[in-house]
Amino acid sequence: MKARVHVTLKTGVLDPQGKAVAHALDSLGFEGVNDVRQGKYLELDLAENDPDKAHAAVDDMCRKLLANMVIENYAIELDT
Amino acid sequence: MKAAVIVFPGTNREQDMVDALSACMGNDPILVWHGDPTVPDVDLIVLPGGFSYGDYLRSGAMAARSPVMRDIIAKSEKGVPVLGVCNGFQILTETGMLPGALMRNADLKFVCKDVRLKVETSQSLFAGGYQAGQVIRVPVAHHDGNYFADEETLDRLEDRGQIAFRYCDEDGGLNRDANPNGSIRNIAGIYNEAKTVLGMMPHPENMIESAQGGTDGLALFSGMVEALS
Repeated sequence: MKARVHVTLKTGVLDPQGKAVAHALDSLGFEGVNDVRQGKYLELDLAENDPDKAHAAVDDMCRKLLANMVIENYAIELDT
Repeated sequence: MKAAVIVFPGTNREQDMVDALSACMGNDPILVWHGDPTVPDVDLIVLPGGFSYGDYLRSGAMAARSPVMRDIIAKSEKGVPVLGVCNGFQILTETGMLPGALMRNADLKFVCKDVRLKVETSQSLFAGGYQAGQVIRVPVAHHDGNYFADEETLDRLEDRGQIAFRYCDEDGGLNRDANPNGSIRNIAGIYNEAKTVLGMMPHPENMIESAQGGTDGLALFSGMVEALS
């Protein structure tokens, strides 16, 4: 089973990299980009085939390593 | 006094830390490899600067989960003092031994220069060589030194006297121009609640002899040795 994890900065945490990307888009002539928030995307190939167990395991992985809970949120999607 | 300096793949300031500790202790600290399951019994454990595991995922994230850190967390909980400088500070926040996180510098640039620090308190085993309010000059060299914590955590740190150092100007003024990385409330270093763990981004070990341009970092090491001997 494949899992896809998106790690994003929490609301209220400044994202200077996202701001720089937004500025660069603006300078390229892309108008109307109000804000950019940069995050991380991870793909996990899991031996587990039970969706509930897989989700629980990836959730644990996110809390213990993949995301820093002080500044980041995460979202998990499973390919079923 | 005995000290151990931990070496991870990508650590690069361990010898500077060894030199600073040796100069004050009169003996060489033990170098401990990250894969070792335990740290020998010592009076001080130091996590030096560098780029452990190439800063993969987040600075300090991999090192914080390495085998040796489990023993360091256990020893720290029993009261063994731990000092983390630069990447060491990042590792300490990643383990949760210190609150908050160190994010990409606000201007997105690697910053390598001397900065001024205001010593917030001398009441710790680390800072006894300084006076509270003293302004010292030491270098920084980092890309991810932008300290962040939520307001509640910051207020708690302030109330309990856990702020160790703040970036300041030559007169001790706390302002944005004196802040090299955008750290919230100009925070450069913090203690844990028991003040047995200190994490700081600047490098006192690189300001211990006149050939380095100054000696303001020396009192941190001499003060620690006096407290722990």
